[in-house]
Amino acid sequence: MKRVGVFVCHCGLNIAGTVNVKEVTDLASKTPDVVIAADHRYLCSEPGQALIKDSIKQHRLDAVVIAACSPAMHEVTFRNAARAAGLNRHQCEIANIREQCSWVHDNIEKATEKANVIIRQSIEKVSLNEPLDPITVPVTRRALVVGGGIAGIRAALDVANSGHQVYLVEKTGSIGGRMAQLSETFPTLDCSICILGPLMVEAYRNPNIKILRLSEVEDVKGFVGNFKVKVRQQPIYVKETECNSCGECVKVCPAEVPNEFDSGLTWRKAIYIPFAQAVPPAYVLDAKSCLGLLPQACGECKKACDKLGMSCINLDARPETHELEVGAIISATGYELYDATRLTEYGYGIYPDVMTSLEFERMLSASGPTSGVIRRPSDGRIPKEVVFIQCAGQREPETALAYCSKICCMYTARHAMLFHHKVPDGQAYVFYMDIRAGGKGYEEFVKRCQEERGLLYLRGRVAKVYEDSNRLVVKGVDTLSGKTVEINADVVVLAVGMVPSQGSRELANILKASVDENGFFAEAHPKLRPLESATAGIFLAGAGQAPKDIPDTVAQASGAASKALNLLSSPTLEREPTVAQIVNELCSGCGICVSACPFEALSLNRERKIAEVAEALCEGCGTCVASCPSGALSLRNLTDTQIVAMIRAGRY
Amino acid sequence: MQSYLYFPGCSLRTVARDFEDSALASARALGLELKEMQGWLCCGAVFPNVADNVMTNAGPNRILARARAESDTLVTLCAGCHNVLKRANIQAGRNLIKQEQINEFNEEEYKGGLGVLHFLEVLRDRVGFSVIKEATRVPLQDLPVGAYYGCLLLRPFEEMKLDDPHRPSVLEDLLASIGCSPVDYPSRTECCGSFLGVGAPDAMILLSRNVVQSARSYGAKLLAVSCPLCKYNLETSQKQDLAASSGSQPLPVVYFTQLLGLALGVSPQDLRLSQAQLETIRGDMRNTIESVSRP
Repeated sequence: MKRVGVFVCHCGLNIAGTVNVKEVTDLASKTPDVVIAADHRYLCSEPGQALIKDSIKQHRLDAVVIAACSPAMHEVTFRNAARAAGLNRHQCEIANIREQCSWVHDNIEKATEKANVIIRQSIEKVSLNEPLDPITVPVTRRALVVGGGIAGIRAALDVANSGHQVYLVEKTGSIGGRMAQLSETFPTLDCSICILGPLMVEAYRNPNIKILRLSEVEDVKGFVGNFKVKVRQQPIYVKETECNSCGECVKVCPAEVPNEFDSGLTWRKAIYIPFAQAVPPAYVLDAKSCLGLLPQACGECKKACDKLGMSCINLDARPETHELEVGAIISATGYELYDATRLTEYGYGIYPDVMTSLEFERMLSASGPTSGVIRRPSDGRIPKEVVFIQCAGQREPETALAYCSKICCMYTARHAMLFHHKVPDGQAYVFYMDIRAGGKGYEEFVKRCQEERGLLYLRGRVAKVYEDSNRLVVKGVDTLSGKTVEINADVVVLAVGMVPSQGSRELANILKASVDENGFFAEAHPKLRPLESATAGIFLAGAGQAPKDIPDTVAQASGAASKALNLLSSPTLEREPTVAQIVNELCSGCGICVSACPFEALSLNRERKIAEVAEALCEGCGTCVASCPSGALSLRNLTDTQIVAMIRAGRY
Repeated sequence: MQSYLYFPGCSLRTVARDFEDSALASARALGLELKEMQGWLCCGAVFPNVADNVMTNAGPNRILARARAESDTLVTLCAGCHNVLKRANIQAGRNLIKQEQINEFNEEEYKGGLGVLHFLEVLRDRVGFSVIKEATRVPLQDLPVGAYYGCLLLRPFEEMKLDDPHRPSVLEDLLASIGCSPVDYPSRTECCGSFLGVGAPDAMILLSRNVVQSARSYGAKLLAVSCPLCKYNLETSQKQDLAASSGSQPLPVVYFTQLLGLALGVSPQDLRLSQAQLETIRGDMRNTIESVSRP
């Protein structure tokens, strides 16, 4: 028989407002095995913890039940307190009477009754708990960063500068991501590539960072501190160590395709440099648009390169699979734009002069298709009237995206202002729902734009865009004057929303990280653990987690890097010992548990014909226990005996 | 012969005989029978669509209950009736408390299970426009038709789900399959003014005039519709305008089924096409149409 202590927390009025704490404590004290029951206004406070520690010593307790908030909040706090008083950490159990009781009920009598049951069950459980020690596993002190945009670059640099090796995996031919495509950044109008470029070069030069371009994560095995990652790299036809970016190969390449970096507004060859500041500074051969690799049909680029006495191009290159061992993974997969052709009311894809904000961004950029001169895509004329439509396909739960992408109010203000700077006799119209300019210097920036001559903000939505006599007719409503408006425009710019990058859902599956209803990576806790996924060792940075601007992305990237560094700072880490265990005599070696385990923690020992648990891999989910037909598997400190005892204790 | 249960509605038996006759004749020419349902009554016009009203839903629910007793599919023609019946049908499966009240009042229980299809959906999804193209005997070669959708056929999209509410193509695709050259004009999905013609005729005229002018300026020689009220408004607005300015010819408004019937070889008389409408359609195709209509 264990000597059990029960401690009930008021949590201010969070619990005591709905649960009669005195009655609960009183009843607990009369439960068999319980030698002391006490209550406290805030058990997590220093005096509250002192009460627990003193009681353990004074009453020579073998186990304690803490009736308070969710174990996700304070289990660690109370287990540490119990250990400080000489108990094994697993002799402390949390009875959650807040999230699962007081917060969700309003009938005091019934909530009190339910709290009694929850506490009785916890007493039963803790009485049967065995003392356990944490499982110690070694840590591979290297990190993997997936995605080479500003988030991935910042995170990789932070980890590398702390002395750890980093693999930076990037899908395209160069790191830089979306930020490299932008012209200026709000609210300071810094040139985007001018502030990003140095970081890209720093990442390239950092001896601790290995950039894997044209690569994607194919498979991840293992667990926190010990991931085994397979990265598939497309064939590297142009060797970056030898290419001196002379560009002779481009001149002779006969294949042309739309240039993704310019949002398809220009063309590029099949062999190309992603953009002027690309890192690594090497040409890329795009096998999909090349006129013939297998069998080699063209080869003009190689001939041109060889003629110069160089030998950068190897048309026989093969894809390569890199097997990496890392301790932490940072997912920084970024965003892309919602498909504007789905917003049929605006006619994107039908009328060439209806553009997305990213296309307009490229047009504003000095390195863009028009060298920074704004021109109509249809006829190259300089537009005089431009209509900007904010929230295009956003905040429309029934037909498009339900959420707000957060950055569009800001960049649209910047677009309108820059347009007016470049075309001083032009007129810009901005249709908006409301202006969301929360951020340092943001409100001031938008105000400045709104007050500028030649910018007209119209509060309302656009119903329809159509073409008439070579111009676009924009029909909308100005809700402040209550009138419908019709504007003849030369160009219409749609502020379409941010959606997770293609492939991020697949990556989430590979990482066993969850995504939210919009496909963004889900954080472990929206407020308290925003940098981590629910899967241990997987950290999140950038717009792959939620739409965000550059300052927030950089801050989150540094935060995720520091979380990863936490993990890499020690050669070993401790894992929860509440894992599956096997009674060898009962195991028939059927292997059902092996296929049931989502973490590949179970394997079949062919010689002994029994299943084995790799404790370091086990997450303690219990799937195998439920699947075992012979009852050979159980979870430590959550055995069938304990569960049955808890169910019995639940009866009135 | 494939048979569908069919709901005519009040307008089709009064002002829009041309719609019904041409639809039934076209269906026959395609090997379809539209079998009139037993005991139909007024759909309730748009009043049942008022969200919180139970009484006005009694009518459409009686129709749905009676149709369900005969078949699992009900085909409609009038865009207004279609909107009402389709949405009452969706409500029946969605708002169970309201449905119970309606059923209690009606003493005719309707618990869902019926599919409400517009004739256009039958043509597109069950028959197929490629089949119609092959069945076409008199292609309406290059006839510049402005398809006019109005509101009720497409909106609210979440419930009607017939076609893209901003950029629909079902009417154009049908018209193209019988040889026409549909005109893409911006006002084809805008409102004709609906019942405003009763209380605020000026507003209706304004809206309908916009549709007609838009279609005309984009080169349409006639308009094809699926709603008797749209047709009435589009014609009324023109009558007033023409009275004011002599000289210009009106833009004829026909039902899409009349053009379909013509292309399938049904005689203009059976399609109830007026002399003026026929004149416009004929244009330089005079000879081909006459040779077919003369047996």
